Amino acid sequence: MTTILSITDLRKSYADGFEALKGVSLDIEEGEILALLGPNGAGKTTLISTICGITMPSSGYVSVGGHDILNDYRAARRMIGLVPQEIALEPFEKVQNTVRLSRGLFGLGRDDAKIEDILRKLSLWDKRKNAVKELSGGMKRRVLIAKALAHEPRILFLDEPTAGVDVELRKDMWEIVRELKENGVTIILTTHYIEEAEAIADRVGVINGGELLLVEDKDNLMAQMGRKHIEVMLTEPVDAIPDALKQYDLTLNGAGNAFVYSYDIHGERTGITSLLNDVAKAGLVLRDVQTRQSSLEEIFVNLVSGEQA
Amino acid sequence: MNWAAVAAIYRFEMARFFRTLAQSFFSPVLSTSLYFIVFGTAIGSRIETIEGVSYGAFIVPGLIMLSVVTLAISNASFGIYFPKFLGTIYEVLSAPINFLEIVIGYVGAAATKALFVGLVILVTATFFVDIRVEHPIAMAAFLILTCLSFALLGFIIGIWASNFEQMSLIPQLVITPLIFLGGTFYSITMLPPVWQTITLFNPVVYLVSGFRWSFYGLADVPIFFSLLAIGAFTGICLAIIWWIFKTGWRIRS
Ligand SMILES: Nc1ncnc2c1ncn2[C@@H]1O[C@H](COP(=O)(O)OP(=O)(O)O)[C@@H](O)[C@H]1O
Ligand SMILES: [Mg+2]
Repeated sequence: MTTILSITDLRKSYADGFEALKGVSLDIEEGEILALLGPNGAGKTTLISTICGITMPSSGYVSVGGHDILNDYRAARRMIGLVPQEIALEPFEKVQNTVRLSRGLFGLGRDDAKIEDILRKLSLWDKRKNAVKELSGGMKRRVLIAKALAHEPRILFLDEPTAGVDVELRKDMWEIVRELKENGVTIILTTHYIEEAEAIADRVGVINGGELLLVEDKDNLMAQMGRKHIEVMLTEPVDAIPDALKQYDLTLNGAGNAFVYSYDIHGERTGITSLLNDVAKAGLVLRDVQTRQSSLEEIFVNLVSGEQA
Repeated sequence: MNWAAVAAIYRFEMARFFRTLAQSFFSPVLSTSLYFIVFGTAIGSRIETIEGVSYGAFIVPGLIMLSVVTLAISNASFGIYFPKFLGTIYEVLSAPINFLEIVIGYVGAAATKALFVGLVILVTATFFVDIRVEHPIAMAAFLILTCLSFALLGFIIGIWASNFEQMSLIPQLVITPLIFLGGTFYSITMLPPVWQTITLFNPVVYLVSGFRWSFYGLADVPIFFSLLAIGAFTGICLAIIWWIFKTGWRIRS
């Protein structure tokens, strides 16, 4: 595997002094799909904008296909396509013309066959003569993708491509991403949905507070992330977890009337059946049981504390 | 140079113009006709001639300058302000192009549109008055340079402005008064001596004077100063734009 994008100690402070990137280093392999997972304000858009030339880095290096993004910006940028987070399109312009503009901006001559191919793949061909403002939100997002692909980039950045998008379109979007990958395009997408990373990424990077907390193979990460919790509420409070249940690693709440059991949903056995059997054997009476999945926030907390430990 | 990108920007900007071509054509025709009806007939009948040129013919160069300057500024400022406003500027910033290419594309298109309207006015005017052009090459040069330099100024305004009010601030507060006080509709020799001197600090005087000279050989100030003024103005605008792109001021945080 060859590295197509290399980021070294990238820092970005905005004019107001706020440091949005605090030394990010990351290598991206050619042909992979990398999902950058992080809450709002984590620095995902800043990272992408800096690589693409929309904001200036404060320090650090980025090279794209071996080309420095500052000294050799033309060669570097030619390899990159960007689908921005916000829908930004000229409302009165025809779909086809705005896609042509994108190709031209990257220095390529007009190629109607290529544009047709892209528009068809994105189900936009029928709308090519429509003004952008006549399209639905989902269609506009496709136009943004078409524009980003118009110059046949080797690397595609998708900044929260499925935020605020309905389920149908989200599935379509994933399909598009998979097809691009098959054509050898390297894809970096940001999201705050774990399921999205799970569905399409090869690797997942977790970013928070301007720092890349970790980058890992998706399968490894999902194993860590996919934890579920059962809260068992009791009719009578207890002082401590009975000895018979010590093997389960339970956490009792302050009032002693409920405890939480965590398990791995990917594990072969969840241990729920035997736990509930043993609870009954220990003479405890259940009032209620509820389950919940790890929230993104909890996962971040776990990751951060895990890193420090 | 990435000429394909320059052409792409230019074509895209011109497409907007062609969508409203009828409007771009008829509104200057109408406003020019109105000027002739009001100024040419009502006032012109009292002024008769200025240095041997009928008043109606005398105001033609000023009239063209007025429209061309206003339009070059507004076309160029909106041309770059809209992408900022809509967010579509991300694409220009992330494309493999440099500042010169961006400026040539946007400013070139804005200047072309202003030039088109200037020519429409010139042709319309020939229906009302007899016009002669003594120095056609100088006339073309003045017209094109004016379109370009004020489009550069408009580009700067469009980058600087952070809302719509600011977009019209400089044109309304600075440019329009300077044009009306710049000998557009009169010869500055008609003013009292003190005002003549004050007027010499108005750069538009040099522009209009030079342009009128190319028509009738009449100039309020020596033609050399006119050329110098417009050359210096273009140079200053270019320097400011170069600085904007070097520092990323208001476009690249
Ligand atoms: N132009 C800017 N000036 C100052 N701060 C900014 C600017 N853009 C973004 N930020 C700040 O940088 C942080 C990261 O923002 P962003 O990269 O947009 O995060 P994300 O895309 O992960 O939601 C946020 O705290 C945001 O407020
Ligand atoms: Mg973002």
